[in-house]
Amino acid sequence: MIKVIIDGKETRVPKGTTILEAARALHIPIPTLCNHPKLSPYGGCRLCLVEVKGNRHPVTSCSVPASDGMEVVTSTPLLERIRKTNIELLLSDHPNDCMVCEKAGDCTLQELAYFYGIRENRFAGERRIYEKKDANPFIERDMEKCILCGLCVRVCEEVEGVSAIDFAYRGFNAKIVPSFEKALDCEFCGQCVAVCPTGALTGKMWSYKGRQKDVRDVDTVCSYCGCGCNLTLHIRRNEVVRVSSRDDTINEGWLCAKGRFGYSFVNSPERLKTPLIKEKGTFREASWDEALDLVANKLKKIRAKHGADAIAGLSSARCTNEENYLFQKFMRAAVGTNNIDHCARL
Amino acid sequence: MTNSIPEIENNDVLFVIGSNTTETHPIIGLRMKQAVRKGGKIIVADPRKIDLVRFSTLWLQHKAGTDVALLNGIMHVLLKEHLIDKDFIAGWTEGFDTFRESLSEYSPERAEKITGVPRKDIVKAALMYGKAERPAIYYTMGITQHSHGTQNVFAIANLALMTGNLGKESTGVNPLRGQNNVQGATDMGCVPNQYPGYQRVDLPSIKSKFEAAWDAKLSDRPGITATEMTDAAIDGKLKALYIMGENPLISDPDSHHTEKALKSLDFLVVQDIFMTETAELADVVLPAACFAEKDGTFTNTERRVQRVRKALNPPGQAREDSSIIMELSGRMGYAMNYNLVEEMMREIGGLWPAVAGITYGRIEKGGLQWPCPTLDHPGTPYLFKGGFPRGKASFTVVGYEPSKELPDKDYPFVLTTGRQLFQYHTGSMTRKVKELNAVAPEAYVEINPADADSMKIEDGDVVSVSSRRGSVSIKARVSERPPRGMVFIPFHYKEAAANVLTNPQLDPVCKIPELKVCAVRIEPASARP
Repeated sequence: MIKVIIDGKETRVPKGTTILEAARALHIPIPTLCNHPKLSPYGGCRLCLVEVKGNRHPVTSCSVPASDGMEVVTSTPLLERIRKTNIELLLSDHPNDCMVCEKAGDCTLQELAYFYGIRENRFAGERRIYEKKDANPFIERDMEKCILCGLCVRVCEEVEGVSAIDFAYRGFNAKIVPSFEKALDCEFCGQCVAVCPTGALTGKMWSYKGRQKDVRDVDTVCSYCGCGCNLTLHIRRNEVVRVSSRDDTINEGWLCAKGRFGYSFVNSPERLKTPLIKEKGTFREASWDEALDLVANKLKKIRAKHGADAIAGLSSARCTNEENYLFQKFMRAAVGTNNIDHCARL
Repeated sequence: MTNSIPEIENNDVLFVIGSNTTETHPIIGLRMKQAVRKGGKIIVADPRKIDLVRFSTLWLQHKAGTDVALLNGIMHVLLKEHLIDKDFIAGWTEGFDTFRESLSEYSPERAEKITGVPRKDIVKAALMYGKAERPAIYYTMGITQHSHGTQNVFAIANLALMTGNLGKESTGVNPLRGQNNVQGATDMGCVPNQYPGYQRVDLPSIKSKFEAAWDAKLSDRPGITATEMTDAAIDGKLKALYIMGENPLISDPDSHHTEKALKSLDFLVVQDIFMTETAELADVVLPAACFAEKDGTFTNTERRVQRVRKALNPPGQAREDSSIIMELSGRMGYAMNYNLVEEMMREIGGLWPAVAGITYGRIEKGGLQWPCPTLDHPGTPYLFKGGFPRGKASFTVVGYEPSKELPDKDYPFVLTTGRQLFQYHTGSMTRKVKELNAVAPEAYVEINPADADSMKIEDGDVVSVSSRRGSVSIKARVSERPPRGMVFIPFHYKEAAANVLTNPQLDPVCKIPELKVCAVRIEPASARP
């Protein structure tokens, strides 16, 4: 363990810890746009600059490891001026459309512009104009909003292992592209969307469904495979408008295409809405009382005539523990048979 | 899983057999990739060149259904190279001597003959696994869905036992459960021979415990499994079936047979969120709430019980499954009244000590892994630390048996089935999601380019795939993934349902059907009469 002093607070951290990580452990905020705790440091956004005693120039705290006895200051007039200028430079070439941007209210760039009170564009000039050409149904890529933080490139390589995108061109023309600038064709896990700090990457199906206002967040668990990924459902007017995942969970915030984008079945117009009884080969709508009475009477009749073992139940791996418990209790205690199973073998 | 998901990335060797992890368990796949970045090495054993092969150090492309020969071959080498854990075997296991004898006939040479895997790779796999410090085995239905599925699992258990690779962090045997709460459904006793918590229905002391708790007279006759229900319906022994949230017409082998069975019933009730193919055959359909519309818990593949929370109201008159069951039970003359969902959890804890320490308050964040017997127990990330609950674990002598239906002159290809990344199970949820269907719109049969060439089939051609049980028309996807002589069909698509073709042969012990190997014939669709 080594000793670091940040803004006068002393702490001990393992060797190899970056200054940024040490500061976060002390709950000292340092702004960043290109850093993610699960991805390799990049040092591109220059917002996390700090002054280290003995160094002539500020250093990027995300990529510099703390050393024993290091004394760090995270906020000085010089540092704040550099940060503000860097954000202004990013915004100088950023579409000014927060009003209709999907990301408004949950955008790191917008939040930084707010905290630094940036109203004017001191660096107005040439703008990047990019055509949107992705035909994929999941990920909207608005490259004019891209700040080239490279989080999407790193998450795709370092977490997903796919490397579907990378930097191309240099300087002002630099942009993130799929191979040969073709349309995005990948696993569509949306990890890139989850880490994007601006509105450059969003879910296509999110658009104009609701952002922050009147949107409730409900934490739950995915209903697809057995990984048990935690989902946050964003709900507006009894509709799922977006799915995200917290990073302090078993899945660390990562999801697959099904978990992140495969939620619209919930609000599908094809959902069953009323009990149905089949008569002469076709279904007709029925009340709950009628349907449940019919089921109970039929089961009782069959049990009386053929015994309880002439009845069986199939429970569901899609239902909750509590429902499965009730279902087997119903079959065993109310019907009187152990003929109960589910699709564990399928 | 005997281990936990976070432990995966600290494995130094991951032996993945019969699991297309990155497509079927994508987030567990991410942890495996993380393990590789941290220096771990993956051995993939799979007839198909699955995506995980890209990340592997060694790929054993064994013939479908030859897992026992492959595993026995590996164990033969471990024995010969003295890479076994003698202390573990002596202290924790029984039956090793007989088992050791049985391996003598599985030399790498013989294993190569059966599996098609070069002997040097069998030796290499054995050395990698045998010398590893924190190795773990991962498997899914590629191991279990065989007429000898139980034998396959025994072989895996033998491998872990003889090397002492159990009961330690990041070291163990990890079947990955395929569905969000298939672990929970089994834990909760939705199996014909066990009450909640794996307590046998035919033991009088257990039965009387449940009779007292439920205030009901219970049957001590073990019931029949899902796959046996089909035959019982056709034989007329089973008259009524109540299905909650399952779609056996698509998920079960030999769909024509399943359809006949469901139509033979006097009474079929289906409770679901959509009008599934199975629900179409029902006498009564009850509309249920989906996962986002209810409170409760799911248990994931690492035994972690996590909270499911109600976010929405169900559409129309649809109701939570629990409320439907309670209503129905009352009408059957057995009242079940719970005011809160958590009351059920408390009742379960009273009957199964392994979850007695789990309350909704404790799993507000993060969940808890059973066994968690007391309110101050932190849960159990990995099983069998310091011993097995039953005392000593037994070695089981396992011999190689071929699959029940092998290719022949009339049906020259092996068909294997499984999932793909963008669809899920019978598709009753994912096929309703237009975005997923845009990228994975239709069924396909993966055919090796050499086979496609010899039959003059091109990528995208519609072909007819037939087995002794049925036939489907389906697009060909010419791909290097399957080896020559093998084809693959995902089973999500009702239009070209793979299970029209599959073999309903069951494993005699656990009654799992042989969905991973059957024999089929392929013809260009135009060649059909």
